[in-house]
Amino acid sequence: MKALTLLQAVNDALRLEMARDKNIIVYGEDVGVEGGVFRATENLQKLYGEDRCFDSPLAESGIVGTAIGMALAGLKPVVEIQFDGFVYPGFNQIVSHVARIRNRSRGAWTLPMVIRFPYGGGIRALEHHSESMEAYYAHTPGLKVVIPSSPYDAKGLLISAIRDSDPVIFCEPKRMYRSVKQEIPEDAYTIPIGKASVVRQGDAITVVSYGAQLKEVMEAAAQLAQDGINIEVIDLRTIYPFDRHTIIESVKKTCRFLVVHEGPLNFGVGAEMMAVVTEDAFLSLEAPPTRLGGFNLTIPLARGEHHYMISTDKIIVTIKELLSF
Amino acid sequence: MFKNYDPREGKMLSLLNADGILKPNGGPVLSDEGLLEAYRGMLRARVCDDMAVSYQRQGRMLTYPPLKGQEANQIGMIMAINKNDWLVPGYREMGAWLQKGVPLYYIFLAWYGNELGNSAGKEYRILPIAVPIASQTLHAVGIGYAMKYKKEDAVVVACTGDGGTSQGDFSEAMNFAGVWKVPVIFYIQNNQYAISCPRSKQTAVNTLAERAFGFGFEGVQIDGNDIQAVYQAVKLAADKARNGGGPTLIEGYTYRLAAHTTSDDPTRYRKNEEVAAWEQKDPLLRLKKYLLNKKMITAEETQQWSEVVRKEVDEAFRKVEASPDPTLEDIFKYHYKEMPAELRRQLEQHKAYLERKAQQ
Repeated sequence: MKALTLLQAVNDALRLEMARDKNIIVYGEDVGVEGGVFRATENLQKLYGEDRCFDSPLAESGIVGTAIGMALAGLKPVVEIQFDGFVYPGFNQIVSHVARIRNRSRGAWTLPMVIRFPYGGGIRALEHHSESMEAYYAHTPGLKVVIPSSPYDAKGLLISAIRDSDPVIFCEPKRMYRSVKQEIPEDAYTIPIGKASVVRQGDAITVVSYGAQLKEVMEAAAQLAQDGINIEVIDLRTIYPFDRHTIIESVKKTCRFLVVHEGPLNFGVGAEMMAVVTEDAFLSLEAPPTRLGGFNLTIPLARGEHHYMISTDKIIVTIKELLSF
Repeated sequence: MFKNYDPREGKMLSLLNADGILKPNGGPVLSDEGLLEAYRGMLRARVCDDMAVSYQRQGRMLTYPPLKGQEANQIGMIMAINKNDWLVPGYREMGAWLQKGVPLYYIFLAWYGNELGNSAGKEYRILPIAVPIASQTLHAVGIGYAMKYKKEDAVVVACTGDGGTSQGDFSEAMNFAGVWKVPVIFYIQNNQYAISCPRSKQTAVNTLAERAFGFGFEGVQIDGNDIQAVYQAVKLAADKARNGGGPTLIEGYTYRLAAHTTSDDPTRYRKNEEVAAWEQKDPLLRLKKYLLNKKMITAEETQQWSEVVRKEVDEAFRKVEASPDPTLEDIFKYHYKEMPAELRRQLEQHKAYLERKAQQ
């Protein structure tokens, strides 16, 4: 075991997988010499050479599009897009090709590849550096979308993503990159894609969240516990394919449901979770299934960002209201 | 050799002119036997293409993008590369697919509206049809990187058109290819129109070929209706790529004698006289003249070959029409290696609905 930050856990996963499989190629903007602007790929070029970890030209469609070609020709590209808001130039390649080539060819061609990028707000960054648009990718047939919430999960889920036969969008919660350290195994391990994790057991209400937002949810859980309220918290881990079973089993036990996420509320991941609960646990519900999400606004710049982010207090108040419904 | 044909000096590589006269330049050319094979390939592409259009007119085929007039580009590019070299097509490359050996049945099946048709290219190293314009050129560069990384003796031919050169992906692909020095040949079939929009509205440069120099590698403009020019340019570019010389851009100056697709009416944007002038430069016509002059073929033989292909096409298309449509399971099965539980649920719910409906 060793204590690593989420960022170090990402680096650890890449380092171990590159040692295991020489077909893994890691590239993106500033990924080589600098090791990425956050240092997620630090030392990989030194360890594995310039043909396996390198700086690409500054063009996101080019990064995604060339990764498609590499994957079709038998390599396993794991590319980095520098920030959530920079994915869009590569969006056409993602939705028109990454998501579709397996189906387009009835399974003859496959695309085992990973697109990693830091996502989310709360780091007082410039515009285009704070977005939580995971719903775009989850809404696109053919993609898998994974979001870790801890160093342990980041390592295990990234290794699973790299070993997956299908393309995976891997969103890393950037405001948690260096905020916590966790003891995690030194060797490679996997966490199954598509399985949620019950990170806190309770009976009062089921709260689903993921990624960076889980921090405030867990803080709310700790404070509520002091009042004798035990909430059950589920970390979705994978946005698609999501784990309906775990959510429904929990709601049938707690009879109440709240989903919390940073991305915009309307047509967001929470809307899907609400639909799932309504479909499969309707008769168990003792309060309206409820969602907390970011406003349907462009996330404000640093000085106004606090209005947007969902606070621990807001989660606590919402839960208390649902418990007294 | 490309240095003698710098597009910035207004030079175009041309070897076999419209009268069927061959003027060699000392570079590699197809032998007379090779030309015979090329003619048969071009004739086959022409007949397949004509019949695809006629099937569409009969209401038996869906929208189809004809390649009529561009055969020399497509047959020549494949004859100049090896079996294990890659073809990254757009959507107007049926001639290249055929020449690389893909059974016509699968090619038609894709245009008939069945994804299964796109499954056939893999063993021939042909990527599926790519519709978003020029997006596939980036895939070619990634494949080129993989070939270089794996030290495989294989090059990649990426196809797009004159309109495709306006796309950002085309510029990104050219740029990545130049930086990575990958074994990729960008083959632009400049057929003069992007649907209705003439080449002059795509770019302010004189030739598409000269754009290569801005990305740090060579570009050459060739007569795309001249099978020998196509063969020579692709052969030289492939040899260069195999020897670590990196990418080349080839602009095949050609013409789409037919419509953009079967849904298009070209009389809205170009004059019949223009088409008639290009019909005089028909790539099949000039090769036929050459072969007739050399007494390597007779008019009767070409007629017989056409008949043989017509029979082949007729059989292939009948087989396509007789093939089963994709099942409900088929449309669900291939988005992921293993069907996610949510997709399985949607499938099962729909099947249950169909059963309920059947019982009513």
